[in-house]
Amino acid sequence: MGNTDNTGSGAPPADGAPGRPVLEGPDIARVLTRIAHEIVERAKGADDVVLLGIPTRGVHLAQRLAAKLAEITGRPTPVGSLDITMYRDDLRLRPARALARTEIPGDGIEGALVVLVDDVLFSGRTIRAALDALGDLGRPRAVQLAVLVDRGHRELPIRADYVGKNLPTSLRETVRVQLAEEDGRDGVLLGLRAAAAADDER
Amino acid sequence: MERHLISAADLTRDDAVLVLDTAEELARLADRPIKKLPTLRGRTVVNLFFEDSTRTRISFEAAAKRLSADVINFSAKGSSVSKGESLKDTALTLEAMGADAVVIRHHDSGAPHRLATSGWIGGSVVNAGDGTHEHPTQALLDAFTLRRRLGTGRGGDLGGRRVTIVGDILHSRVARSNVHLLSTLGAEVTLVAPPTLVPVGVHAWPCEVSYDLDAVLPTSDAVMMLRVQRERMNAAYFPTEREYARRYGLDGGRMARMPEHALVMHPGPMNRGMEITADVADSDRCTAVEQVTNGVSTRMAVLYLLLGGAALGGAPGHAAENSAEENT
Repeated sequence: MGNTDNTGSGAPPADGAPGRPVLEGPDIARVLTRIAHEIVERAKGADDVVLLGIPTRGVHLAQRLAAKLAEITGRPTPVGSLDITMYRDDLRLRPARALARTEIPGDGIEGALVVLVDDVLFSGRTIRAALDALGDLGRPRAVQLAVLVDRGHRELPIRADYVGKNLPTSLRETVRVQLAEEDGRDGVLLGLRAAAAADDER
Repeated sequence: MERHLISAADLTRDDAVLVLDTAEELARLADRPIKKLPTLRGRTVVNLFFEDSTRTRISFEAAAKRLSADVINFSAKGSSVSKGESLKDTALTLEAMGADAVVIRHHDSGAPHRLATSGWIGGSVVNAGDGTHEHPTQALLDAFTLRRRLGTGRGGDLGGRRVTIVGDILHSRVARSNVHLLSTLGAEVTLVAPPTLVPVGVHAWPCEVSYDLDAVLPTSDAVMMLRVQRERMNAAYFPTEREYARRYGLDGGRMARMPEHALVMHPGPMNRGMEITADVADSDRCTAVEQVTNGVSTRMAVLYLLLGGAALGGAPGHAAENSAEENT
């Protein structure tokens, strides 16, 4: 997300507090299977679906979803990644960031149904940036959004089409997504952010 | 990485790898229908060129425009500099126009440093070649080309690779920057030149010196040929051009003695028949044209890392950590 804090996901806990698990490995697998079925249902067969994950964990989720879609439809689903760093609205607030990889599948996104995949939906600013980035790459037939966790607190008129788990949170809480590819294990942890940091950020 | 890019020696290994990794991602832009990013929208980059240049100026201009910055080109010819305006007054003018970055090429060594440290301007200063001092973005694009061709990918450096730089070392800012950067990245650099074209104090540089090109070629992973800079020569550094070409020029026979995978590099402009023969310059192993292409991506990376973040940003290495932690 476009927020300047790191309360979303992936961040190793600054103070070592692990947080309370809200989704475990098997839950994540079940949730992704359900989202894959929903995509097939809503896209009436998912013939022209292209999955684009937003780095870092969105990419792994997109790849897992692609595998599930292939199981359901019997066809491989194009999957790639979309780095949004250069499109962020908060670039000037922080030192320049390293870029991640943008990998568009061979046939491109022209006329396709692009499903953006991210781990946590929070302010919505990441998705705003992703839509801008997408506009420079081609003109999809439609764009949809799949997220593992929606933690609320939107700052832009953006919503997800496929949500793994709605997780009402306070701004003092952190949501941390762990995926085996990146963190060695699967899980979603709800923690409390250090008070000093919270005052600092907001 | 500091706020300015004056010398390749200022870059740590992590800084340099970050620039190369960023350039690697930006190079992929070339395959897209829209080769432009909105990142530097509303920022002004001034190309301040006191010395002739085609490649570097165009490369910086393309890089800034692909990042959506506004570009002002300023060349000393046809400006108030030819009426005797000083560097300071020129700088104050640019500052008054709100330049966020000044890319400067100057015939005097140290001019970019002066500009960066004088307090005349608030923006970033990028050295695009100063006298016989340094040309850091050329070294970065050379390192980028080497890393791509020699197969160490993202995050990698040039550990253990042997790079030989041949020719007019004395007058070459490209050689100085490359010695610093390539050794920072772990490469073993050997300079080959006639004794008269080896600078005083070279023993303090992180490199070897040889006077025998043929002895070094078989163990080189890349050979970088430098132009003999006649415009900077005010003495007889070697007897004749023919003798220079015979002893220090790269021809087909010498290229055949290089390892199979080894590259021939040239920063341009080339003097065909002098330091490099036409058949070598036109061979597949010569990366001169590729270096120009890579120059745009590398300079985009430099401009992005200097200008893309907060105005007084800290080390981008630190930023890389943050972005990994941050929630996407």
